[in-house]
Amino acid sequence: MSDARVFPHRHLLGIDHLDAADIVQILDLANTFFELGARPIKKVPTLRGRTVINLFFENSTRTRTSFEIAAKRMSADAVNISSSGSSAAKGETLLDTAKNLEAMRPDVVVLRHMFGGAPHLLAKHLDCAIINAGDGQHEHPTQALLDAATIRRAKGRVEGLEVAIVGDLAHSRVVRSNIQCLARLGAKIRLCAPWTLVPRGLDEIGGEITRRATRIVTRLDEALEGADVVMMLRVQNERMSGEQPRFPNTREFSRTYGLSARTLAWAKPDAIVMHPGPVNRGVELAPDVADGPRSVVLDQVEWGVAVRMAVLYLLGRVPAGEAEAA
Amino acid sequence: MDLVLSGGRVIDTSGELFDRAADVRIVDGRIAEIGTGLVGSRTLDVRGLVVSAGLVDLHVHLREPGQEYKEDLQTGTRAAVAGGFTTVCCMPNTSPVNDDRSITELIVRRAAEVGACRVRPIGAVTRGLEGKQLADIADMQQGGAVAISDDGKPVWNAGLLRRALEYARTFGIPLVQHAEEPELVEGGAMNEGAVATRIGLRGQPSITETSMVARDLELVEWTGARYHVAHVSAARTVALVRDAKRRGLPVTCEVTPHHLTLTDLACQHYDPATKVMPPLRTDADLTALYEALADGTIDAIATDHAPHSLVEKEVEFECAAPGMLGLETAVPLVFALVRRGLITMTRAIQLLTIGPARAFALDAGRLVAGGVADVCVLDPERHWTVEATGLASRSKNTPFLGAAMQGRAVLTFVGGKVAYDLDHRLESP
Repeated sequence: MSDARVFPHRHLLGIDHLDAADIVQILDLANTFFELGARPIKKVPTLRGRTVINLFFENSTRTRTSFEIAAKRMSADAVNISSSGSSAAKGETLLDTAKNLEAMRPDVVVLRHMFGGAPHLLAKHLDCAIINAGDGQHEHPTQALLDAATIRRAKGRVEGLEVAIVGDLAHSRVVRSNIQCLARLGAKIRLCAPWTLVPRGLDEIGGEITRRATRIVTRLDEALEGADVVMMLRVQNERMSGEQPRFPNTREFSRTYGLSARTLAWAKPDAIVMHPGPVNRGVELAPDVADGPRSVVLDQVEWGVAVRMAVLYLLGRVPAGEAEAA
Repeated sequence: MDLVLSGGRVIDTSGELFDRAADVRIVDGRIAEIGTGLVGSRTLDVRGLVVSAGLVDLHVHLREPGQEYKEDLQTGTRAAVAGGFTTVCCMPNTSPVNDDRSITELIVRRAAEVGACRVRPIGAVTRGLEGKQLADIADMQQGGAVAISDDGKPVWNAGLLRRALEYARTFGIPLVQHAEEPELVEGGAMNEGAVATRIGLRGQPSITETSMVARDLELVEWTGARYHVAHVSAARTVALVRDAKRRGLPVTCEVTPHHLTLTDLACQHYDPATKVMPPLRTDADLTALYEALADGTIDAIATDHAPHSLVEKEVEFECAAPGMLGLETAVPLVFALVRRGLITMTRAIQLLTIGPARAFALDAGRLVAGGVADVCVLDPERHWTVEATGLASRSKNTPFLGAAMQGRAVLTFVGGKVAYDLDHRLESP
C-alpha cells in the first residue's frame, strides 16, 4: 500500500478539519484493507508494538468492537475501557483519566464521549493521537467515512448523488459529520425532519460548501423523490431527557418520517438504504426495509472495520511525540 | 494626605458634564478642590490620563462566605481596585446564601476588615435562592443590602415575583432579575444558533432571556416596583427595556464587558472560559447593545465577575460552571468600544460610575469638590497583556488570558487612601 501523500493531521477530531483529498486518501486506503477482510488471514503487522486505547464513556457495541478489531488486524495492542469499568463513576474528571492513561504511553486514544468537544480537550492536553469515536451531538467522523466508503462501493461514486438524510437531525452527530463529508465529496444532500428536530444553521456547518450542497425539507416525499441514497437516522430518545417533546409519539413519527416499503417507493428504484445503527426497528425504519435487498446496513458495518484500519494506519504509525501537530 | 493629581483629563458625569484638563486635590479622604493651578503638599503629574470617580460595579461574585477557594473578600476587592473600581455589589449566591441579616452583616464586617474597596451586598429574593419563600428582605436592607436578587437563577414563578416586587417596593429596594426562562434552557450551555449546531453543543436561544423580561415588565407596570435586568445579552431585551423606559416604568439594566466584546464564535474551540450565563450571543445582538449603550437604554456596565477554579473549568464545556472574571479587564474592554467610536469616553465613564450608582441609589460615582475621594486614574493608552500571574483575583478563568489590551487603571483611591498603584508612583517619597 503506497501512500506517497503524507496525511496532514495528527488527530481525527471531526470531518470539519479534513478536506476532500484527506477524505479520499482514507477511503482509498480503506479499499485496500477491505480486501484484506476477505482473506483467511486478516492480520497485517503494520502497527505491531503500538498501543491503542478505546476509551468509551457511552454504551457502544458496534463502534467499540469495530475499533478493537481494526486495531487487532493491524497488530496493535488494543485495550478497551468503558465508563462502567473506569474511574468516571468515582468522580475523576475526564482529563484525570486521560492523563493517567497517557502515562502508560498509548499511541492512539479512541474516545467516545457524551459531550461535544471532549476529544478536543484530550487533544489539547495529551501527547498521542486522538480519534473521535463520537462526541455528544457534535461529530462521528469514522461513521461518515464508512458511510462514504459504502456509498462509493454501492454506487461507484459519491459526486453528483442525491442523498436524503432523514430523522433526528437535532441530536445526531452522524448527520453533522455526514453533511461535511458528503458535501466535500460532491454529493447533494436533502435533510428531512419536522422543524422540532432541525437545529438552526445545520446546512451551514461546513460554511459555503455545505450551504450550497444542502437543502432542508420537512416532507418525506420531497426528501426521497429522486434520491440515490436514503440515510435514516436513529431517533435518539436517550439524548432528549430534560427536553420538551419533539414529536407526539413514535407512531406518528413513524407514519410521517419512517421509511417503509411504501415510502421507499418515492426514491429512485435503485436507491440504497443506510442506517448508522442501532436501528429503532419499526420507528425510523420498517423491518422489511432494514432487512430488504436495498439495505446496505451490514455493508456499513463491514466497511467500518476497513475505514478504522485506514485511520489507525494514518494516525498510529508515527511514534507518539514525534509527529507534528495536526 | 494632601495630594494634587495634576493636569489629567478630569471627567465627572454626575451633574452637568465636567470634562476638561484640571487638577484634583485630595485632602484627608475628601476631594478638597477641582480646578487649575492647585497646590498640595504633593503633586502627581497625570497628564494624558483620565481622572474619574472610582468605578462602580453592580454585579460581582466575591464567593465569601463558603467558596474561598475561588475568591474571597480580600482577593476580590484587590481585583476590583486593580480594575479602577471602588464600590462593588456582591451577589448573594454564596454558601450559605446571603438571605438573612447575619450573612449580610458578616459580609459588611469582613469587607471592612480585609476589603480593598467598598462592598455593598445584594441580598437574596428568596430563601436559599430556591424560588419558594421570600428572604428577609427588609432585615437585610437594614444590615446593608442595597438590592435583592436570586442571581444565577431567575425568580421565575410569576406569582412569587409579583409579591417580591410589591414587597421590595415597600422598602424602596431594587429587584435584580437574572432573566432566564428555565423551560427554554433545555441544558443549553451556549447560545442556540449556527455555531452551537456546528460544534455540537446544546444551545439556549435568546428568547430564554427576552420572554422572561417581557413577562416581568408587565409585573413591573402592575406593581410599580424598581426592577433591574442583570447582564442583558439579546437585541430584543434592550428593545423591551427601551420601550418600558419610554412608558415611564422604573426599569434599569446593565450589560457586561464580555457581552459587548465576544460572540458565540468565541466558544467554537470549546474553551470553558467562554461559558457564561447568559451565553455569548451574536453580532446582531452586539450591534443592538451598542445602540442601547449610546442612547441611554442601558444604565450601567457591570462585570458579573464570576471566579471559578480549575476544578469547575478544566472539564468538558457542558460540565463547566458558567462565568468569567471581569473586574480587571473591564476598563480595557470598554475603552476598546470608545476607540471604535461606539460610545464616547464620557459616556463610558458614566456607564461605569454614576449610571450604576443611580440604578441602586448608591452614594458613589461622583467626582465633586467636598465629596468622598473615591477616585481612579485610567490610562487609555497603556498597552498590556492579560497574564494569569498578573491577576489579583484568586481564580484565572478569563478567555482573555494572553490577549493584548489597551487601557488600564493605574491608580485607585478609596476614601482618599491609595488602594492600587500600578506603577508605584505614590510609594513613600
